Amino acid sequence: MRKLIAALCTSAALLAGAPASANIPAADFTLASLKDGNLKLSEQRGEVIMLNFWASWCGPCREEMPLLNDLHARYEPVGFQVWGVNVDAKREDAQAMLNRIPVEFPVLFDSQSDVSKLFGVEAMPSSVFIDRDGNVRYVHKGYRSGDEAEYKKIIKELIRE
Amino acid sequence: MAVTDMKRLLGLLTMSLFAVNVVGAVLPEERADTMYHAYSGGGVTIDGPSVLVRKNIGNSVSLSANYYVDMISGASIDVQATASPYSEQRDEFSLGADYLVDKTTMSLSYTNSSENDYQAETVGFGISQDFFGDLSTLSMRVSLGSDDVMRNGDENFLEQAEHRRYSLGWSQILTTKLIAELSVETVADEGFLNNPYRSVRYLDPSSGSGFSYQAELYPTTRNSDAVALRAKYMLPYRAAIKSEYRRYADSWGINSDNLELRYTHPLEAENLILEGKLRFYKQKGADFYSDLFPYVDATNFRARDKELSDFTSTAIGIGASYQLPERWALFNRRNTVNLYWDYVLFDYDNFHDVRVHQNSSDYLPGEEPAYHFNAHVVRLFWSMWF
Amino acid sequence: MSKRALLLLPVMLLLGGCETLMPEPWVKPYERHYLADPIMSFERDPVAAGYMNHVYEAREAARGAEGGSGGGCGCN
Repeated sequence: MRKLIAALCTSAALLAGAPASANIPAADFTLASLKDGNLKLSEQRGEVIMLNFWASWCGPCREEMPLLNDLHARYEPVGFQVWGVNVDAKREDAQAMLNRIPVEFPVLFDSQSDVSKLFGVEAMPSSVFIDRDGNVRYVHKGYRSGDEAEYKKIIKELIRE
Repeated sequence: MAVTDMKRLLGLLTMSLFAVNVVGAVLPEERADTMYHAYSGGGVTIDGPSVLVRKNIGNSVSLSANYYVDMISGASIDVQATASPYSEQRDEFSLGADYLVDKTTMSLSYTNSSENDYQAETVGFGISQDFFGDLSTLSMRVSLGSDDVMRNGDENFLEQAEHRRYSLGWSQILTTKLIAELSVETVADEGFLNNPYRSVRYLDPSSGSGFSYQAELYPTTRNSDAVALRAKYMLPYRAAIKSEYRRYADSWGINSDNLELRYTHPLEAENLILEGKLRFYKQKGADFYSDLFPYVDATNFRARDKELSDFTSTAIGIGASYQLPERWALFNRRNTVNLYWDYVLFDYDNFHDVRVHQNSSDYLPGEEPAYHFNAHVVRLFWSMWF
Repeated sequence: MSKRALLLLPVMLLLGGCETLMPEPWVKPYERHYLADPIMSFERDPVAAGYMNHVYEAREAARGAEGGSGGGCGCN
């Protein structure tokens, strides 16, 4: 009996934590951005997109921003973009934070949380990695310092395709 | 944290069967607080510093240290009535460590408090778990304390007291603007629980004033239970109200209720956060409490400590927290300067003011006016986040 | 033996950390704007709150159940 329970729990845990390489097409959306007008996800085919859901009130998000800026600058020439999806209800809150931590990558405003719901965001921050064919390949929940190494690994894998 | 299979996203609203939420809470903020605290009322002034520093190591560990001093001056009504000496300074330091893994935080703490006639050491262990999409937090805490009680002027006096506290808390986010928390705590004390200087009085016709004093005597155990419910709500404009109710009862026959309401109002343009509070406390005293016993050794246990009597206290408080502008910010961090003032009115039902006998002999023992006094409590502190 | 195993399946799913049997969290991580506001924490300054509780405990007979944790941004 105990062995059975143990086996079921282990398989559940494995399935949850396993970084399997499955492909699911990313849901399409269009959002207004800070400097680049309206941006539509499906028009980015051919580019690797990292959707980063963030909010002005989220501490780890603030920590992560400069690192995402570096990743965007470094890998943009080879077809990679970070898209910051801001979930603040009020744009002024996001703007205030961007004034303190300016970034070069496109910042989109999801103030109605439609896109957050679409992607089933379960943690703040969340990063969704979409490959050149528009398929969601990895989801990273939360941010702890040192996670940028993992981001780099995923980006390198996806840009080589 | 864990890189998960995007299958669980699906781009649809259905939840995958094995959706395991592996993200967790965050460590407390790193900060340093330097506070001057002062209590003044009933003839007594107790003030001093309190300094707290909290620093994180990596992503998982948070360490904290606190140094606190109480400097006591003046004479409370007990001292004025019976002229027994009280200690003058209490030093306390605490160390704490929190360890965060996924959604669980484990904490350890150690506190040492010392006065020239009282030494106390406490260790605590706590564990807290976030679950249900981080909407609920369950926390448990155990603390064990051990005290050495001494008496000034009596080299041979040394007694022990032990304390055990167990608490359980459940905090629940109810809506995007409302959070509530239920906590229960049991305290078990054992040993020498009274004050070696304090006395009770009894009717004594042979004495000039009509009464005499003898040492107080408490039971050697005390078990108490407290349950509290608190809630915090964000108003339609940016301001918050907090309400808190606690019910307390113990094996000495004491029970009490207290209710607190607090209103927090930020003034963003001025970088200020204002706060106002109201607190009501009502207590029914210990079974063995009496302001005046009928004769010496009248009961097995006897107390005349006003803290164990029937009384009510009402507190009003206001506070302001000012965030320093960037150009004054020390080390380029967020700095605040804070001032809180509380005014507390204590009203005793069955503790009488025996000082009236010093100037007149109009009062019969037991018929002196009931005692009451007001106290000011000030907290002035500077906080820095780093 | 296998029948008992089936009966225990819901329990094992919960043990495995699965949340299928519980209702969906009704406040999403991206909806915690108000709760993450510092004015929404039960006690903003632990030193000040700890001292006030000490004053109450020293002057009153009641002790315990004074505070806890929870809420906040729920980040990470």
